[in-house]
Amino acid sequence: MTSLSVPPRDASTQPTGRAARPVGRRRDWRMAGEILLFTAPALVIFGLFVVVPIARAVQFSLYRWKGFGPLVDFVGLQNYVSVLSNEVFRGAVGHNLFIVVASILIQLPLGLAIALLLNRRIRGRGLLRTIIFVPYVLAEVIAGVVWFQLLQPGRGVVETLLGTVGLDGPYQGFLGTPELAMPTLMVVLTWKYVGLAVLLFLAGLQGVPDELTEAAQIDGASWWQIQRRVTIPLLGPTIRTWAFLSMIGSLQLFDMVWILTGGGPANATTTMATFLVNEGTKRQNYGIASAASVVLFVIALTMAVLYQRFVLRRDTSGADVLRGVR
Amino acid sequence: MTTIRALSLMASGSLVLTLAACGTGDEGEGGQGASDGDNVTITWWHNSNTGEGLEYYQQVAEDFQDDSPDVTIQIEAMQHEDMLTQLDAAFQAGDAPDVYMERGGGELADHVAADLTMDLTEVAAEEIEMLGGTVQGWTVDDRVYALPFSIGVVGFWYNTEMFEEAGVTETPTTWDEMYDVIDQVKAAGMEPISVGAGDGWPAAHYWYQFSLRHCAEETLTDAVQSLDFSDQCFITAGEEVERLIDAEPFNRGFLSTPAQSGPSSASGLLATEQVAMEMQGHWEPGVMAGLTEDGEGLGDKLGWFPFPQVEGGQGDPEAQLGGGDAWGVAADAPPEAVEFVKYLLSEEVQRGFAERDMGLPTNPDATDAVADPALAGLIQVRDSAPYVQLYFDTAFGQSVGGAMNDSIELMFAGQASPQDIVDATQAAADAEG
Repeated sequence: MTSLSVPPRDASTQPTGRAARPVGRRRDWRMAGEILLFTAPALVIFGLFVVVPIARAVQFSLYRWKGFGPLVDFVGLQNYVSVLSNEVFRGAVGHNLFIVVASILIQLPLGLAIALLLNRRIRGRGLLRTIIFVPYVLAEVIAGVVWFQLLQPGRGVVETLLGTVGLDGPYQGFLGTPELAMPTLMVVLTWKYVGLAVLLFLAGLQGVPDELTEAAQIDGASWWQIQRRVTIPLLGPTIRTWAFLSMIGSLQLFDMVWILTGGGPANATTTMATFLVNEGTKRQNYGIASAASVVLFVIALTMAVLYQRFVLRRDTSGADVLRGVR
Repeated sequence: MTTIRALSLMASGSLVLTLAACGTGDEGEGGQGASDGDNVTITWWHNSNTGEGLEYYQQVAEDFQDDSPDVTIQIEAMQHEDMLTQLDAAFQAGDAPDVYMERGGGELADHVAADLTMDLTEVAAEEIEMLGGTVQGWTVDDRVYALPFSIGVVGFWYNTEMFEEAGVTETPTTWDEMYDVIDQVKAAGMEPISVGAGDGWPAAHYWYQFSLRHCAEETLTDAVQSLDFSDQCFITAGEEVERLIDAEPFNRGFLSTPAQSGPSSASGLLATEQVAMEMQGHWEPGVMAGLTEDGEGLGDKLGWFPFPQVEGGQGDPEAQLGGGDAWGVAADAPPEAVEFVKYLLSEEVQRGFAERDMGLPTNPDATDAVADPALAGLIQVRDSAPYVQLYFDTAFGQSVGGAMNDSIELMFAGQASPQDIVDATQAAADAEG
């Protein structure tokens, strides 16, 4: 709630260039023309590569289609029924939601702790920041293959290390045991993505005015109190934006799962994206795959809109208020 | 964050389609069938994209061009999986290469239904006669649509040295003997069998094999047509697989082991002498060669024996599970493409093909050119089999086959019963409509 009091600093970062509102219709038209001119290329690309494919996906989802030949076998909403009643798909939705929640629950405190520590003047800070951020920059497929090899049952580096302290890895390996595959995946995802959280939080920390922390210091607040009562509340907008990105990424998770487990063992790590790729390219049930992709789209869109409406609103409405004042 | 994979996937798929829609407007111009003037260009896709095989096919194309100066052959050699993806996209776009690899079964039936592939029954009647029963897997409603150039059967590849070490003197012919071998190998402190259950199909092959042994030939041929899996023999097959899994013959971590990618794959484990056996197709020596540093695979230590017999099975004990590759011709390809395919099946080309260990030739005059003793033994078994059942996933098509494979994989993870496999397969078959 504290973050409702938007720091004055934000006000100064608002664009002030076109403070004067356009007067008259003519200028409205001119501006509309300018907007159209400059956005047209982006709109064309957006239309061609986003809107059209979505429309085609909706169209395909109403047919039984093997991927070639004409679209003739209209089945209405049958594909949606089979997707929604499919145990594997429902499991996949569950896994996606689990990953959304677990990512935030794990990466938020961890990223915050690392960011706060790395924000202090310590020796080797630059090096540490780089180390934390490197996994995020690494291509997902390469990181996936590396972890896949590290986690090889019996022969991989991880189990060899466990062996040196007298521990035995699970018989099917970390990725092959249904109960362990998801937690293992979460470890790899955390390693991969905590760097982004840290980076964003560090950037957000630069926006926390020194005067506030100094004032708190003078009032006798401890380091811990300053973080809890001053810094973290002021990080609110950054955290909420990061959580949004993390949520959308988790819903669309594909590459890492595909490389590490392919959705297995025994469907323990399927996501909506692996389900639809499996149905589409492997089984050539393009109608069902399209229906699944539309469901994924709707779920992601709904969550995004709700999040914008109820969580991010306070960040954006703050800006609106300021504009109104001005 | 992950990119918008799902959407971009749909995007690329539908983009291809949109382009295809644009392309069909100007008939004839787009297809390579255009014999403008006297010159004909034939596009040929194959998967021998490395080393000797690549050179050989280049040579074959040049030889053909020398005899028919009007023809230019454009070769696209691709890695196998890439080729399958590209073929799917080409079929979606309605712009398939003139000569391409066709795997038969349900996949071919779909291509035929969509009028994408050429009926070769009359134009290549002589070759079809010469190939005999092997064209069965590429026949739809008594018409032949592709000419198989390499056919193999699935059996056990084993390390002769490890068998010796374990005190196994003879390869098992029945499953009772097989279980003894498994025990002996285990007692000698080695892992008996590797299986790439992570990829699904290598595990599924066990169920196929037991079904082949337990089901009568008619039951299987009927199933391909009617997609009816209610016969008790399919349940028995599942029970046999369960019994095998319970005996714990498989490599550690088999649930996440891939089939043949990398040294930690099932084929890699056999090639690097970590396990004593693996059940795989005829491509195994080639795959293993690629997975060892010296490029030799197991070398002379490699042995092969067919899938052992079961008790009380209704299938012909000599029948084998197998499959292979055939040359298909696109529906709109010029007649020269058919001539080229005939040339590819000639004794001359097939001999060179066999001598380079590129596959198992189907031309009877070329089979004696196979040098590798293990492969020669395999060919003998293949040629004496009363029938070679095409891999189920290929025979039933990807949708039914995929559901079948997934449920068998679940059984390997201890999460599906014999009945579940039949139910999942039947459900997918019913959805085909």
